[in-house]
Amino acid sequence: MNIGRVIGNVVVTRKDANLLGVTLLLVQPLTPNRQPAGRTIVAADSVGAGVGEEVFFVRGKEASFPFYPVETPVDAGIVGIVDHWDLG
Amino acid sequence: MQIARVVGTLVSTRKHRKFEGAKLLLVQPLNPDDTPRGMALLAVDGVGAGVDEKVLIVLEGRAAGEAIGQKGAPVDAAIVGIVDEVVIDGEL
Repeated sequence: MNIGRVIGNVVVTRKDANLLGVTLLLVQPLTPNRQPAGRTIVAADSVGAGVGEEVFFVRGKEASFPFYPVETPVDAGIVGIVDHWDLG
Repeated sequence: MQIARVVGTLVSTRKHRKFEGAKLLLVQPLNPDDTPRGMALLAVDGVGAGVDEKVLIVLEGRAAGEAIGQKGAPVDAAIVGIVDEVVIDGEL
């Protein structure tokens, strides 16, 4: 997983039927020092995240697991909202 | 699998239910000479690792889910071992 910040949402009207009702958010991956790291990514949200929140997201087919048994065609998904992290 | 160092801990109250009870650690993948490689990532801990320890991580969903005893968990990275030492005899 990676940490990131939600910076927007993506509206898609015409889409795969298994994406109906799935919130798509634009996420900027972050380093542990909160620097932007790499390209933004569109991720399916299953935890009710919102713009400005720090989240963690999973990549790959596991991103569809929160929507089981619907086989949602996604490759990135927000699976948690971060309270805080501490660097040792 | 990869070798990484635990660099931090992360707290999340609101998360997918399959993460309940799982410890979340920030890990920095390492090169064989212990220099950082790539970006730090977040892994679930299956072995009781702590900050500063060198660990073995899997970057694959099924293995990561099994590491925390949760089939079907939406995870893609897990700590599956604490490294005692790495012995490199050959040359690159």
